[in-house]
Amino acid sequence: MKFNTNLRKVLLILFATIALSACSTAKKSGDLDGDVYTGRDTVEFLAKGVPDRVFFATNKSSLTTKSRETLRKQATFLRKNKSLNITIEGHADERGTREFNLALGERRANAAKDYLMTYGISGKRISVISYGKERPVNTESSPLAWSQNRRSVTVKVN
Amino acid sequence: MKRILSFIIIPLLFFKNSFALIEVDITRGNLDPLPIAVSPLHVDVKSENLNDVKIKKLGENISELIEKNFKSTGLFNPLKKEAFVQKPDIAHLKPRFEDWRLIKAQALVTGKVLVKGGKLKAEFRLWDLTAAQEMTALAFTTTPSNWRRVAHIISDKIYERLTGEEGYFDTRIIYVSETGPKNQRVKKLAIMDQDGANTKYLTLGNELVLTPRFNPTNQMVTYLSYFRNLPRVYLLDIETGNQEVVGNFPGMTFAPRFSPDGKKIIMSFAKDGNSDIYTMDLDTRIVERITDHSSIDTSPSYSPDGKYICFNSDRSGLQQIYVMRSDGSNLKRISFGKGIYGTPVWSPRGDLIAFTKVRKGKFYIGVMRADGTGERLLTENFYQEAPSWSPNGRVLVFYRETKSGPKGEGFTAKLWSIDITGYNERKMKTETDASDPSWSSLLSK
Repeated sequence: MKFNTNLRKVLLILFATIALSACSTAKKSGDLDGDVYTGRDTVEFLAKGVPDRVFFATNKSSLTTKSRETLRKQATFLRKNKSLNITIEGHADERGTREFNLALGERRANAAKDYLMTYGISGKRISVISYGKERPVNTESSPLAWSQNRRSVTVKVN
Repeated sequence: MKRILSFIIIPLLFFKNSFALIEVDITRGNLDPLPIAVSPLHVDVKSENLNDVKIKKLGENISELIEKNFKSTGLFNPLKKEAFVQKPDIAHLKPRFEDWRLIKAQALVTGKVLVKGGKLKAEFRLWDLTAAQEMTALAFTTTPSNWRRVAHIISDKIYERLTGEEGYFDTRIIYVSETGPKNQRVKKLAIMDQDGANTKYLTLGNELVLTPRFNPTNQMVTYLSYFRNLPRVYLLDIETGNQEVVGNFPGMTFAPRFSPDGKKIIMSFAKDGNSDIYTMDLDTRIVERITDHSSIDTSPSYSPDGKYICFNSDRSGLQQIYVMRSDGSNLKRISFGKGIYGTPVWSPRGDLIAFTKVRKGKFYIGVMRADGTGERLLTENFYQEAPSWSPNGRVLVFYRETKSGPKGEGFTAKLWSIDITGYNERKMKTETDASDPSWSSLLSK
């Protein structure tokens, strides 16, 4: 059920972005800050205005200003929904070795977890899993696709 | 999987090693492969069910497999059978050396098989045609269904005699079989003979599995499974199918490998975003922490004497290769070239460490000495990684992903092998897409 509503949201967003990108194809290059993805493609929402994911630079797990903003929104949302538990999935792009990427994904997910905890979310509500490069959201091989795959995604568990 | 049936191996004759003239140098790329004639093994007319095609063709099939093995090394040039001048049974008794030399063969393999009482008896002889003498000869007894292994063992014995190094044909490769689109890849553990035959799937594909590695001393395998969405290192007995989680860690364990004596597993454990290296003794279950650093420490691999460990770490800022004593002391960085270095694997010979290097958007498989000197890049591609050594330390198997277009069209993942000379790169035959190969030890040692 949850999946369906999520899916609908994704589709809406997809339509919106398709409409947008139809206006300006040049927008794509504006979706990267350094090599951190700043666009809205692939992003889903935990609730209205609460994006589910943050993006990282190559080989990095530090949170950008925008990521921290996203995570603060998630923290606010989680404080309002006290019974909700989450899993944070950490991911890497395909441009690294498999085992190192597993560690990197774990580190990214924990960076997000730590930030949520500093905003008062109990660590007990948060589990972490790394998928390394095993679950790309964009299967293309391009700097844009890789930037969308370097991510940590907050997923509701219950 | 059935345990390898016992082989009885008897040297047929004593022979003088020292007078052999032919020798294959495998320390450099061999641009002039040794011409070798592999005569079909003669099927003894006293064999049971001689009219059964399987039996009738046994000698031919074994010789073809030997030829295929030889060809795959790049060191030998098996000659076409049409040019052969003597019948298999007569050649096996005593070849007319000058006739075989006429077709430019330098070495000749002859043999005989006999199927009797449900047993397959195989014997072969290797002849040095230049010196006109026998170089080696052996006989085996096994079951007829084991004929492929007979061919592999004969290949190993000949390879050993001609190169002075152990062969690697009677071996298997465990790997991850991959199917489906890239964002929904189904991954299963699979095992096959080194030549791609006898593929078997060891898991069903219900959960993600990665990085299987053989125990160098037996048929156990360690790998990473996402069973119940908990990524943990597992131990699998491929003969019984029994498996168990390794240790009781409160978080992800990954990047497992066995110690050279097969008694320990070395792996990474990720805690609160930090991955360090641990070992677990499989008998005592004692867990030891080997590294303690805020960086990512992973992909550990022991030296063959068990005294050292190589691994990769980003403690310098970027992923690089380090070597330390097996207790974690005396840590030294050994990779200093431009780019990042990962997946170090110590050669079973002890002399080299194979690695994956990433630089300027290209992936390389390379080798360097254990002190970091003598780096050589063997092969370059858009994406490839995870080298694993043949048991004699002469060949690396790794996997490579290729795509035909920028949007990921025509995506495939395949196993490839390359000599450490940098020559003889070959795609291996697998039923499905494949990744994360691990080469077994010789089965009949």
